[in-house]
Amino acid sequence: MKPAERIDRVPPSGIRRFFELAEQREDVISLGVGEPDFAAPWAAREAGIASLEQGKTSYTANRGRQDLRAAIAEDVDHRYDLDYDPDEEILVTAGASEAVDLAFRAFVDPGDTVAVAQPCYVSYVPGVRFAGGEVCPVPTRREDEFTLTPEVLADAGANEAEMLVLCYPNNPTGATMSRDELAEVADFARQHDLTVVSDEIYAELSYEHDHTSIATLPGMRERTIVINGFSKAYAMTGLRLGYVLAPAGATRAMNRVHQYTMLSAPTTAQHVALEALDSCEDVVAEMVSQYDRRRNLVLSRFEEMGIDCFPASGAFYAFPTTPWEDSEAFAEALLEETGVAAVPGDAFGEGGHGHLRVSYATGMDGLKEALDRIERFVETHDDPDA
Amino acid sequence: MSHDEVLTALCENARYSTEDIARQLDMEPAAVEAAIDSLEEDGVIRGYQPIVDRRKRDEESVRAAVELNVTLDRETGYEDIASRLAKFDLVDSLHLVSGEFDFFMEVEAGSMREVSQFVSDKVAPVPEITQTVTHYVMDSYKEQGILLGDGHDDDRLSVSP
Repeated sequence: MKPAERIDRVPPSGIRRFFELAEQREDVISLGVGEPDFAAPWAAREAGIASLEQGKTSYTANRGRQDLRAAIAEDVDHRYDLDYDPDEEILVTAGASEAVDLAFRAFVDPGDTVAVAQPCYVSYVPGVRFAGGEVCPVPTRREDEFTLTPEVLADAGANEAEMLVLCYPNNPTGATMSRDELAEVADFARQHDLTVVSDEIYAELSYEHDHTSIATLPGMRERTIVINGFSKAYAMTGLRLGYVLAPAGATRAMNRVHQYTMLSAPTTAQHVALEALDSCEDVVAEMVSQYDRRRNLVLSRFEEMGIDCFPASGAFYAFPTTPWEDSEAFAEALLEETGVAAVPGDAFGEGGHGHLRVSYATGMDGLKEALDRIERFVETHDDPDA
Repeated sequence: MSHDEVLTALCENARYSTEDIARQLDMEPAAVEAAIDSLEEDGVIRGYQPIVDRRKRDEESVRAAVELNVTLDRETGYEDIASRLAKFDLVDSLHLVSGEFDFFMEVEAGSMREVSQFVSDKVAPVPEITQTVTHYVMDSYKEQGILLGDGHDDDRLSVSP
């Protein structure tokens, strides 16, 4: 069977090849993992088990359980000052990934241009293409600490786009954006009438300042689709639970797709999520402080090794400049010789070349061992192209 | 504040080096040393011990939790009884507790016989102690916050987006 043309022209994920290389080895210490090393808080898992024992295995409302939506509304108001009506403006999805897909399918017409801040999570570009849109990559820069600026937006021609996708705290760079920095992006979006998709899945993992959602800036609420979820903050990636916060008309449009393709987000996961919001704040705080200590460790060690690394302040990634110009060759040689797997920045789009995504979602002992191995490797291997 | 953070790191793993704690907390190694010194001097940190899964050791050891009831009089308070009991090497921990008995004492010895002899010869004869109930530990599942199971395998994919 021949796949549809728009599927055929989307290449398989660049991460896949690296995954296969890593899988060939036994002794890998992976700094290449894009999910927490913790398990979901036990209280939340237990609520999921209890819901199964009680036979709660049917569909829920398309938009998700009302009590969960109400709890989400309260939580995002409390944490990020985001004010959304649980009945009209919140949609619970099968992971933030479904939410991203819904945003494109509901708002991108064939031929529309979507500006995507890069380097970025691997699903935005394919998602836009599946929806028939054209991607305008907006590479962010090391000298801006990988924040999005009006200059890089203008340089990339994002003013011509219909939509802008950004993700802060960022995967893969670990960059965050302050309220003032976001205000400039918001000005640009308003000026050029861009719809904004703001993936804030790592919002809880912001170490230097409180997370600001771009939707809280003046005039942005009505043009922004905020995406968040439970995967990262509550360490429950496999339960597939995310949500959308957007004006009523926007969630209605997205729910139109969702109700036919997903019907409702996984029911057990919704019970787990409700309990997570109810009682797991302390567990999250503990995880966040653990990540923060690992982040400090990683940044200090890179500095001691003489490896350039901007002070990443969010998610669980550092994004050092590779000592070799060819970051893919560096990552492969590092894996080959030391068993340390870390994904080259090239896999995350434009602006990623010359960098390595180092995930610190790995226990302290493994992390230290991996850093020791990187240090030895760098000391003994000069850039073959230099 | 920095003392609290240093203590948190040590509680997680008392074998972290000073340099590693300094990196984790974005502090100077000398400041970490000073925090540890002051925690020790103030008696906040009383010692450092490994958490041992005794089931994996060859030598037999027996642990018991002992409930103690006491009657106080004008000359004798809880402190007096506690200081007398706590001096025995066999006593691992001793707490004054609320509820149906007064002290909760953990004892470790080489055999059940040794434990029961200790309780009958040294503990029960204390005049203020009116009752002892000894519970031998049959199995242990968690020790000082560390689960003693086989641990969970990391079943995450080695590389993921």
